[in-house]
Amino acid sequence: MPKKTLTIALMDPPYESENLTTAFRILDIAARRGYDINVFAYEGASGLAFVRQMPHPNPVHGKDVAEENHPTTKDQVAALLAAAEQNGGKVDWVNCGMCVDERGVNEFVPGTRRGSPADFHAFAEASDNVLVIPTK
Amino acid sequence: MAKKTLNIVESAYRAVMEEQDDTILWLLAAMQGAGAEHTVVLRGNAVNYAVASQGVPGLTIGKWKQTQAPKMDRDVLDLIEKRKIPVYVIVEDLADRGIERSELVPGVQLLSRMELPGLFTEFALVTHW
Amino acid sequence: MTQYLLIESRDPFESNDVSYYYDLARGLAESGNQVTLLLVQNGVLSARPSAHSAALGALARSGVTVLADDFSVQERGIARLAEGVVAAPIDVVVDHLAAGHKTLWH
Repeated sequence: MPKKTLTIALMDPPYESENLTTAFRILDIAARRGYDINVFAYEGASGLAFVRQMPHPNPVHGKDVAEENHPTTKDQVAALLAAAEQNGGKVDWVNCGMCVDERGVNEFVPGTRRGSPADFHAFAEASDNVLVIPTK
Repeated sequence: MAKKTLNIVESAYRAVMEEQDDTILWLLAAMQGAGAEHTVVLRGNAVNYAVASQGVPGLTIGKWKQTQAPKMDRDVLDLIEKRKIPVYVIVEDLADRGIERSELVPGVQLLSRMELPGLFTEFALVTHW
Repeated sequence: MTQYLLIESRDPFESNDVSYYYDLARGLAESGNQVTLLLVQNGVLSARPSAHSAALGALARSGVTVLADDFSVQERGIARLAEGVVAAPIDVVVDHLAAGHKTLWH
């Protein structure tokens, strides 16, 4: 399968929209195919890789932290980076810097980085294709 | 030469007071400054961004006062005049919302819904915001 | 001829803007392009046979390939899809992107 470079722009914050469930499913497929993937995490999505996210128990369902095994997007981001690498691809995950600053989420999953709209422009220019997943 | 990108913007007045901008128009302006070649189509409620003389004074919450309240019409003019980003509005969406063409800021171009598919062919990328 | 993938995440029960997107798909197809409409998330709700699914059948007859994300369909317990709609894995998004097809999300 020929290698491709894809760019995806995300906007939704964690835990608020099914857009991210679908986005991560798409990204996972691309990572398993060994593609190079650029992610521009804009606005609320700049919190997806915030390393201080913590899982929690579920008292309504009577599950402790371990049993609930609550997803965190930071773990999904880390897993995505690992999957790409395992399959011969790479992920360049950019968290929009001003978005990070105003949200106070300036600690990222290792392997992701701070960036700016100039990165999104560079991604778009260098990619085989671009998908923007807007927020509502 | 950058890839020509058509950006269809429909999200309107989402967090504009907090961000003091529409974050999509802001992003496109910033990318244009980095060398991008963008065109904007305002559709749906976003056609309201092209209405002249809009905006409110800054928010006041307790002793906190906002000093840079946004003005969407000013930002649309900025895109057109300073950033050289062509801006279209969908005429049917104006009509649906009771907006007269005379109310629009200068420089905005009119486009019918039926013409939108044809416009796609002129662009390497089309994004929907 | 250009190929397009239009991804619709919204449903016509909550959003009356979905008709704009279906019309866009039709307009692109009628202009001679190859168009796929992929319903995802609540967008698949219109693929359950109902008063709203007729629009999807009409789109399919106009030449648009109408797909429904199988994950979203299963998640919502949709046992049967309306005429003209076919279930598909989310891989199709990556297929279209990798093939350079213009891909939009609504």
